[in-house]
Amino acid sequence: MKRFSGFLVKEFLHILRDRRTMLILFLIPIFQILIFGYVVKNEVKDAKIGIIDLSHDNVTEEITARLDAAVDFRVVREYQTYEEAEAGFRANEIKAVVVFADNFANDMGKYRKADVQILLDASDPNLANLINSYISVILNKYSAEVNKTGNSVIVSTEPRMWFNENLHSAYMFVPGTMALILMLITALMSSISIAREKETGTMEILLVSPLRPIQIILGKLTPYAVLSIVNVVSILVIGNVVFGVPVHGSWVLLLLVSFLFILLALSLGLLVSTLVKTQQTAMFISILGLMLPTMLLSGFIFPIENMPVILQYLSYIVPAKYFLIIIKSIMLKGLGLSYVINEVLILFGITLGLIALSVYKFKVRLE
Amino acid sequence: MNNENIIEVENLVKKFGDFTANDNLCFEVRKSEIFGFLGANGAGKTTAIKILCGLLFPTSGKVMVAGYDVYKERNKIRKNIGYMSQGFSLYEDLTVKENIEFYAGIYGLKRTEIKTRFDDLVSKLGIEELKDKFVSDLPLGWKQKIAFSVAIFHKPQIVFLDEPTSGVDPITRRQFWDLIYEAVESGITVFVTTHYLDEAEYCDRVCIMAEGRIDAIGSPDELKSKYKSENMDEVFVKIARGTNKMNNK
Repeated sequence: MKRFSGFLVKEFLHILRDRRTMLILFLIPIFQILIFGYVVKNEVKDAKIGIIDLSHDNVTEEITARLDAAVDFRVVREYQTYEEAEAGFRANEIKAVVVFADNFANDMGKYRKADVQILLDASDPNLANLINSYISVILNKYSAEVNKTGNSVIVSTEPRMWFNENLHSAYMFVPGTMALILMLITALMSSISIAREKETGTMEILLVSPLRPIQIILGKLTPYAVLSIVNVVSILVIGNVVFGVPVHGSWVLLLLVSFLFILLALSLGLLVSTLVKTQQTAMFISILGLMLPTMLLSGFIFPIENMPVILQYLSYIVPAKYFLIIIKSIMLKGLGLSYVINEVLILFGITLGLIALSVYKFKVRLE
Repeated sequence: MNNENIIEVENLVKKFGDFTANDNLCFEVRKSEIFGFLGANGAGKTTAIKILCGLLFPTSGKVMVAGYDVYKERNKIRKNIGYMSQGFSLYEDLTVKENIEFYAGIYGLKRTEIKTRFDDLVSKLGIEELKDKFVSDLPLGWKQKIAFSVAIFHKPQIVFLDEPTSGVDPITRRQFWDLIYEAVESGITVFVTTHYLDEAEYCDRVCIMAEGRIDAIGSPDELKSKYKSENMDEVFVKIARGTNKMNNK
C-alpha cells in the first residue's frame, strides 16, 4: 500500500508540473463548454426576417407585428418584390421572408383559408429549419385565436417539444461535452502518460521493480479517474448555473454512471497504451479512434437516425452513444436506473471486456 | 547451485519469430565480480540482460538469478536486483530527491531508511546543491551517476547496467567506473554491457558476443594471452575475424 501511495504522489507531481497537461485537464473542459454554450448555438434569437405583403390589411399587419414582437425575430424590412427579397438574402440582410398573398384578410373571411409563404435562407439548413418551425408556431397560434372567435373548427397541429420545451441547445451539448471531455481526459491523457514511461524507458525500471503490473496500472490511472470526477461535477455545475441545464434525476446515479464511463475510457486509454510505443502515436490513436467517434457517431452533434445505415451500425460500438442516452434520461427526463438499465449493462460489459483485454495485453510484454 | 555463482545460465535460447537473438548461451557470474557483456550493437546483449531481469521470457534453457528461477520466481528475483537501462530512466520532471524517494518507495524501503541513505548519498556524491534540481536541468554525466545510485539504492545483490556509459565523455566514464568499483566493494555484483572495448579492461571477467552467440569468455588477461593480443581491441578484432572465416567456409 505504501508503495502504491508513493506511486500516486509521483503521478500527481507529473500532472501538476506539466503546464500542458494542466491546461488540457482544467481549462479545456471549461472553455469547451463555454464555447459550445455561446458560439455553437442551434437556437434562434433575434433572427432578421423580411416581409412581402401583397395585401396590406389588418390581418397581415397584425401577424407582422406579432412576428416582430417575438424574441426570436426582428422584422427588419419590407420588400415589394421577390427580386428585392432575393437581393436581401444575398446581402445577408435577412434569414427568412414571410410572404402574404393578395386579399389575405378577405380570403380568410371567405374561405377560412389564406396563403402564407415562408422563404428561407437554407445555406444554413439547421437554422432554416428552426426559423421555419418558429414562424409556423406564431402563425398557427394566430389562426387558432381567429378560429376561436369565428365559429368554425379547423384542426391544426401544434407540436410541442417535450423535455426541452424551448429547444435549448444547452440541453444537448452539456451531456455531449461531458462525454467528449471524459474521453479526452481519461483515455487520451492516460494513454499518453503510459506511453511517456515507455518512451523514456522508465516503464522498464518499473517492470523490473517488485511492483506488480496491476499496481503500475492502477497507479497510472487513479489520478485521472479522480480528476475526471472533478470535471464531471464542474461541467454539471457550469451547465446548470450558466446554461440552466437541469438535473431532474438522481445526482448519485448520474455520478455513478459517469464513473462507469470514466472506467471505460480509462481502460480504452490503457488498451491504446499497450498498442503504441510513443506518446505521439498514443495521441494520434486516441484522437482519431476515440474522440472523433465520440463527437460524430454518438448522437452528440448529428442525430444517429439521420446517418447512413452503415454509420448507424457503427454507432453501436461507440460507448458515448449509450452514455448520452443514459445521462440525458437522468438529467432531462428524471428517469431512474430501471429505465436505462440496458444501456448501463452494455457500458458495464464493454468496460469489463476492455479491462480484461488491456490488462492481459499489458502483461504480455513478456514475449 | 554453487554458492560462488550468483547467475547461472545454461543453453539459453531466445527467438523472436525466425530470428535467434540469443543462441545457446552458457555462462555464470560469480558473486561480487564485475561481469562484462561485450559485443557490437545487435549482438544480443540487451536481449540477454532483459531475460536476466525478468523483462523477457527465454524460449528455452535454464536461467537462475540470485538463486531463483526466471520462469517461476520472477517476483523474488525483482527484489534482489537493480537495473539501469540505456536511457538512464529518471523522471525528468521530478527533482533528484523525488526520483530517489519514488524508486526507494517502490522497493518498499522505510521512510527513515530512505532519509539516512539519501543523506549518505548526497554527501558521498557531493550533490547538496543538485538534490532539489529537476533532473531535466542536470548534465548528462550527473544523470548517469544518479541513475546508477538509484539502481543500487535498495542494496540489491546484483545490478544490471545496460550500456550505462553510452554517450558520455571519457572523464565522466572514468568517474562512473569509480562508482561501480565502490558498489562492488560493498558486495554488489555488477553485470554490465558495453561496446566500449577499453571498458572491458575494468571488468573481472568478460564475455564477447556476436550474432547471438558467445565467442569467448574469461578475464581480460586470459583473453589477451589466449588471442596473443596487447589489448581488448585486438582480442575483439581477432575474434571477429575468426567468426567471419567460419562464416565464409
